[in-house]
Amino acid sequence: MRREDDFAVRRQHIANLTDEELYARFWELTDMVVDPLLELGKKNTTPSVERSVLLRMGVSSLDCMPIVNHCIDHGLMGKGAGHCVYKLSKIENITIREASIKLAKGEGWDVVSAAFKGGK
Amino acid sequence: MTELKRNEKLDVVNILKDLDKYEPRRRGWVWRERAENQHMGPFEYHEISKPLKQGVPLPPAKFMEDVDPQPMQTITTEIASGRFEDDIRRMRMGAWHGADHIMVIRHMGQSHIDGLMEGTPQGIGGVPITRKQIRAQRKALDMIEDEVGRPINYHSYVSGVAGPDVAVLFAEEGINGAHQDPQYNVLYRDVNMVRSFVDACESKKIMAWAEILQIDGAHNANATAREAWKVMPELIVQHAINSRFSEKVGLKPSNISLSTVPPTATPAPCMYMDLPYAVALRDICDRYKMRAQMNTKYIQSSAREATVTHVMNMFISKLTRADIQSTITPDEGRNVPWHIYNIEACDTAKQTLIGLDGIMDMIELKKDGPLRETARDLKERALLYMEEIVEVGGYFKAVQEGFFVDSAKYPERNGDGIARKIEGGVGVGFIFERDEDYMAPVTAHYGYNNVAQYGGNPEDPAALIGGCTFEDRSKIVYIDELDETDSVNARLEKVAKYRTGDCITPEVEWCGDRVVMLTMCLPINKRVAEAAAVELGAKLGLEDPEVISAEVMQDAEATRIELKGRVNFDIDLNSLVIPPEPHYLTDKELYAEFEGHSHMKVICGTVGEDEHSVGMREIINIKHGGIEKWGIECIYLGTSVPVEKMVDACIEENAEAILASTIISHDNVHYKNMKRLHELAVEKGIRDKIIICGGGTQVIPEEAVKTGVDMGFGRNSHGIDVATFLAEERQRRRGDK
Repeated sequence: MRREDDFAVRRQHIANLTDEELYARFWELTDMVVDPLLELGKKNTTPSVERSVLLRMGVSSLDCMPIVNHCIDHGLMGKGAGHCVYKLSKIENITIREASIKLAKGEGWDVVSAAFKGGK
Repeated sequence: MTELKRNEKLDVVNILKDLDKYEPRRRGWVWRERAENQHMGPFEYHEISKPLKQGVPLPPAKFMEDVDPQPMQTITTEIASGRFEDDIRRMRMGAWHGADHIMVIRHMGQSHIDGLMEGTPQGIGGVPITRKQIRAQRKALDMIEDEVGRPINYHSYVSGVAGPDVAVLFAEEGINGAHQDPQYNVLYRDVNMVRSFVDACESKKIMAWAEILQIDGAHNANATAREAWKVMPELIVQHAINSRFSEKVGLKPSNISLSTVPPTATPAPCMYMDLPYAVALRDICDRYKMRAQMNTKYIQSSAREATVTHVMNMFISKLTRADIQSTITPDEGRNVPWHIYNIEACDTAKQTLIGLDGIMDMIELKKDGPLRETARDLKERALLYMEEIVEVGGYFKAVQEGFFVDSAKYPERNGDGIARKIEGGVGVGFIFERDEDYMAPVTAHYGYNNVAQYGGNPEDPAALIGGCTFEDRSKIVYIDELDETDSVNARLEKVAKYRTGDCITPEVEWCGDRVVMLTMCLPINKRVAEAAAVELGAKLGLEDPEVISAEVMQDAEATRIELKGRVNFDIDLNSLVIPPEPHYLTDKELYAEFEGHSHMKVICGTVGEDEHSVGMREIINIKHGGIEKWGIECIYLGTSVPVEKMVDACIEENAEAILASTIISHDNVHYKNMKRLHELAVEKGIRDKIIICGGGTQVIPEEAVKTGVDMGFGRNSHGIDVATFLAEERQRRRGDK
């Protein structure tokens, strides 16, 4: 977009604001810009968010990517990759680490899928 | 942990030992503390922080009781040569020169790697950030901070398509500061914008838990824009978006720092343009910390020019506010920074900030006039910018329409902004909506998280698995190496002879890199000078000679050249002959000679057409450890004293010695004057009765003696050297020695 400098016209409605009012209005607008971005984060997840969950659960960094890839392939990202690992560990009564190693190898996904009654 | 000793090199091998068992000693950022006692040496300061236990003071400190005052600002140095093991040694040098914020630049391309890197591969343009490397560096910094007596903050980047992964790694490894700004990913790394912000929510949540100080990436708009001074309204907008977004995720404002840059540089009237911007930004973002970056947009290959910009930028820091002072190295315009330039930059920061200690007690910024008018103008433009983002439908729409990094001064538009598509960029199509039964049983997870479905506590989701790695470090999976051929062990093996102390070779960044730099003036035009310099380097035996800086002195007359190249030999330390340490008589011996045995009178002065007086006075003056201290009577004739007058005075006063200072060395006039002194003394028949000494910064003792005088004193000579010589020469002449 190309536009001539229209500052003199554009500023009319804020020209008489005090510095304090200008400050308050600026941050009010900033909130309007960032609030929808914060909402996106609450409702969605991504491969890296899920890898970070797996890491915190004690999964090897080398296993995180294959687990997330399998999770995507099985349509289970909406459940959470960490959730899948947790689910398998409960069903098979094995540790989180053991479950993660199996899932990274591509094993156990049918069990997890079935437990979630299929992915989306 | 092994204690470092000031005279021993840091042993990288020792740091790598038992690294799998290392645990960081703390979490979070540490600020400097104000010194309770603002008095140091002969001075009263106004805003200095607690002193270091050990450090390297600024050069003139030797005249000022060796004081090494530390400013209140945290001082950053950016270190990342590609080999973390060599960077560790530079970190130690930096800490001794006052740095307490060590920023590690990432390996080129790491922001597009999906997942964590492991091991210790060599990097390009930075260091691959892996658990082993950052753990080794944090461990080394623990030892270094004990050595200097001040906490050191360690910092890198939480960005790219593996931001949250890296944030977890940093939280686990006690990293203290990080860059995190989704706008940076979007605008400069072309990471999909939705992905960037979803990831950023998680990254920031993790950083908040780990109390990591966040620095934003807004200053890059300055570096990228065509005319940097026009993007000031946008800079304010970018800073505000990331800061407010971070605060709402959960970072406390005191851990949110803007990375702010004075947008322009000379020959623009930069203070007139940059100061109102600095004021406007600090007015608007008053809740947050300020990390004052220096302007690199216009940096060229002149280290001098870069240093002046750095100093002027720091003046703005002092006139306004800076909590962290950056020190971009003055060689950034010509190479990946070298050891010496990191240190130079740290010293520049310390020198400037201490030099401006207390300045705002004496001056203030005007409350009206162009400063406040321009600041208000910028604030209004920033507000209108934010207003238009809302009007077009929000941040993503604004990016899509090319709002950002447009080269015109808002609200004018040139239509050359960086536009990204909502459905484009790296990582597009990898955003997944969380189902109703979505779950992540970990600490510091952002957003919807249904642990209650398994009876978990939403306030402590990790309890469901008995704690995550944030509560139980034993769950962290430590990976040592993935490729032994590209690892620290392989690299250390190749330079073993330098590490054992058998050999030495020059080093600018890596152990054994053998690089030297030569500065020269070639009396010819730039193009020819550059070619001639390379040839000169080759003739000197340098490998890969390369001109790294060329500055015109005058188009036809001369060019200043800086040339780098590699020497093709080592120095064998086992056969190196090291001259003995200087020998001094004790105070007791000197008093016994000059007060006990007999009084001594000497004639002193700067000879020839030479107005330098400081050096001579240092040698004489009792307050500076001069020879008067031991009772030697000095008759000082001043500067530009003819040599005849020195000899005549010696005869008249019946003095035993002449001390001639001679600083000017053009055409060897310093040695010529010494020779003349000797000859005159012979002519007048007193040569065997008197001692003649010549001194000055360009004097080499062996060369001075060749002129016929008894001794020469060069750079760094002190009263004690002269007094020792006078005493021993006198004793020798009378047969006592």
